[in-house]
Parts: sequence; C-alpha cells; structure tokens
Amino acid sequence: MRRLDVEVAIVGAGPGGLAAARDVVDAGCRVALVDDAPAPGGQIWRAMGSRPAAETLPFLGRLANQPERVCLLTATQIVDCLPRPDGPPVLLADAPDGPVHISAASLILATGAMERFLPFPGWTLPGVVGAGGLQALIKGGFEVAGQRVVVAGSGPLLPAVADLARRRGARVVALAEQATRRSLLPFARTLLRRPDKALQAAGLLMRLMGVAKRFGAWPVRAEGDVRLERITLRDASGGERTLECDFLACGFGLVPRVALARLLGCQVEDAGDGALRVVVDDRQQTSVAGIYAVGEATGVGGVDKAIAEGRVAGPAAAGAEPLPAHLLARDRERRFADAIAFSFALRPELRDLPSDDTIICRCEDVPWREIENAASARDAKLNSRCGMGPCQARVCGTALAFLRGWTPESPRPPLFPTDLRTLSTLYSSETHGADDA
Amino acid sequence: MAEPKPIVRIVVDGEAVPAAGESTLAAVLMQRGGEFRRSVRGEPRQPLCAMGTCFECRVTVDGAPHVRACRVICRDGMVVETGR
Repeated sequence: MRRLDVEVAIVGAGPGGLAAARDVVDAGCRVALVDDAPAPGGQIWRAMGSRPAAETLPFLGRLANQPERVCLLTATQIVDCLPRPDGPPVLLADAPDGPVHISAASLILATGAMERFLPFPGWTLPGVVGAGGLQALIKGGFEVAGQRVVVAGSGPLLPAVADLARRRGARVVALAEQATRRSLLPFARTLLRRPDKALQAAGLLMRLMGVAKRFGAWPVRAEGDVRLERITLRDASGGERTLECDFLACGFGLVPRVALARLLGCQVEDAGDGALRVVVDDRQQTSVAGIYAVGEATGVGGVDKAIAEGRVAGPAAAGAEPLPAHLLARDRERRFADAIAFSFALRPELRDLPSDDTIICRCEDVPWREIENAASARDAKLNSRCGMGPCQARVCGTALAFLRGWTPESPRPPLFPTDLRTLSTLYSSETHGADDA
Repeated sequence: MAEPKPIVRIVVDGEAVPAAGESTLAAVLMQRGGEFRRSVRGEPRQPLCAMGTCFECRVTVDGAPHVRACRVICRDGMVVETGR
C-alpha cells in the first residue's frame, strides 16, 4: 500500500485546487493533488479526454517544473479518513492501482459543486439529462447535431449549455428559466458592477438570440414511450405548453459538494434552497485547524472565486502569508458570490412537481408516495431504502433538502463505492505500525 | 475540431464499437443508442449528471463492476458490459 507524506494535500484539481497547488509549490512545499476525473481541470476546465484544457496550462506548467514536489493523482477518489492526534486526518484514497494513504500537515478541499436535480413525472426517461450533464456529455464526445434540445431549470449554467448545444448543431427548441425576469433584476444589477462578467453574459445572450426563451416557466412532465418524446412547461399563470424534443437538459442550479468536509468535521452552513456550504475564515481555513476549503465548496461563485480563494488558501496552507492583492481579489469575488447567492431562488411550485409515482431515489427506485410522510432523511431511508444506493443520497438528498427541508444526513464512509482491499488498509497493522512511529 | 481524432476499438456487450479517441465511455454509449443499465424496476436509465455523482451511467469495464462510464476515457480493447 502506497503512503504519501506531504506538506499539503489538495482534494480537487479544478481551478481552485490548481491555483492553490501552484502557490503551495512556489512556497517550497510538497503537494499531493487528487481528482476523481481522468485529467485535471474540474468541470469548467473539463479536459478533452486526457488532454487538459488550455486554461489549466499556466498552472500545470508550473507544477511540471517542480516534479519532485508534486504528486498528481487522477481517477482517484477520497473514500475515508483516519483521524490522528498530530494533524488533519490521513486521507484514504482509492487510486487506479490501489489504495493510497495521504498524510499532510494541511488539507485544502476544492471539491466543487454538483447540479441540483428535482424530480417530476418522467424525469427518469432516457433523453432527460442534467444541464451540466449534457454539457459534460458533449465535451466528452457526444454529438448532438440535429437533435432537438430543450434546456430548462434554473441558473446561469442554462444559457451556457444552450449555447454549447447550439454551436454543436443541436436545435435548441427553448430555454426555460424558472425564475422570473423581475426576480433576476438584482442579479443583473450585480452583474453590471463587474464589466468583465457583464460582457461575457452579453455575448452569450447575443449568441442565443435565435432561441425561444421563457422566464418563470418550468418543466412539469416529460413523456415518451421508451425514451423522451415531449416535455410540458408550465408558467405561474398555470398555462402549459408542450414541446416535442429529443433531449431535455434540466438542472436547478449548483450546490456545493460538502460530503468530505462534513466527514472531516468541518462546519457547514445554509447556502439556500437546502444546499450547504463549508464555513471558512479570511484565510480560507475551516472550523478544523489545518483544513482549508476553496471554490464552489465554500459557496457557488464561479471560476474567478475559485482561483482567488485558491491563491489565499495555497500560501496559508503552506505556512506563508497570502499577498494583499490576492486577499483583495478574494474579497471582491466573495462579495460577488454573496450578492448572487440567493438569485435564482427556487419557486415553491417546484415542490409540488412530484406525483405519487414519481421516482425520488433513482438508485433504489423509491417513489414519492413511499417517503412523502417521512419525518426526515433518515426516517425516509430506514423505511424505504431512499438514499441507500451508490450515489449515497447525492441526488435524492439534495432534492429532498429543497422539497422537504430535510438536512442531508452526515456522510458515512466510504464516501464512494470502493473495494474491500482499499477499506482493509484502514485496519491493517501496517497502518497502525506506521502511525506509532 | 479541425483535426481528425484517432479511432479506438472497444467491445460493448460483445459487439465491436469504434469510438473517437479521447471520448468518454458515457458519450460513446450515448452515441450508440444509450444502453447503460436497468433500474431496480427494470427501467432503462442514462447518465444524469455525467460528472461522477449520480451513478446512473454505471457499467462493467474490463470485468470491474460499478464503473461510472462518465469517468472513463475509451481505450483500445476496452471490454464493456452494460446492464441490458
């Protein structure tokens, strides 16, 4: 079993993790950088197969210049941790060639965000996919030319997905945002205070001029025989419109991924609509000494926030003082993220979408009627298996936190399905022998 | 987009399938018609998140079960079994 002993271990190699890693290495420390994807970059800088995105090169290049200080573990996930008295817990990593124990004086969690999926009749039909999900499939090589696509749900990700699909030859039939134009005015005003972001948004909207856009509209059902054939959108007045389509790319915003942070004992707080985010101080340190968090995990705020927070946490974790300019940049990005945090709030009608037969837990096929009278996530799980499947309540738990206000249960290890060989290393005498030294 | 991508050959449920190099297995299986797995009640499912959190795309790859197709880059000779 492999052991890595470094000054800083970083979980997540998206913009936040990469920015932090570069500064850690520049500060003279050794870094272990772990990501569960085949290549670094995270979601927004998604690699093309094993070829990293261009945006990652300024970071990867600097890391490549000091190879003796860098250990990059891709296709690797953290499944558990081993507490120890003299520092943050040892991370148990499941890597392609076997388990790895990662021991570090400081940890930086850059675990990113995931989409929030809400259940509605027909949402499990082939052809219904996440908005970010369709984006990831297209970037992974899926060809959508000629396909009729409806993009729906909520959030700034929707127009980006519509634009990508359109550029790849799909016919984007409609873009439906559940928030009303009026409720998004504060967001628009905040955007105008950042000319760089406003310009990006303006460019995007120009490219989407040919796509029918509906605000204050959301999907109420997806229908089809063996796969999706049509979807129905409803608006606040109760009016409905049915659209024939091949794909419904649907997601209701992004939520921070906090399972590892919670497992490590870091304090989390409400991030709106049932989501949680990791609490950090002005050096990006969590409530647990030696554990830092950056990027979407501390609050959804985009790539600029992730990089800015990485440039604070990297030096801090390495025992150096972050540059004043980087602290200011972080503050600026944090303000922007806070200002937009409760934009795109989910409307209450979305809680009424599931019918009795609508599947809530996709892993275990648990319908709404089996859990709607449960008192909590735990109660639902014990009475129906809801949340007991491979996704470990990442999908249903996020939905139920909005639908019912249930705080997701504390994560139980292993955080991802893993094998006995890996788990057994937690208990091997080799592990405990080394800890005694 | 201008460069032609190399083709790799993978096997899906016994059938040889050409795949663009650097594609994710999830993208290739979607292109092929979208067979991934059947749910507990026997319903066909396809990727939802396509980023490794939902596990809807899980298939058996080179004998290893529960592999998320969205996290795998197609390699020459890869053997895939879906849950059909």
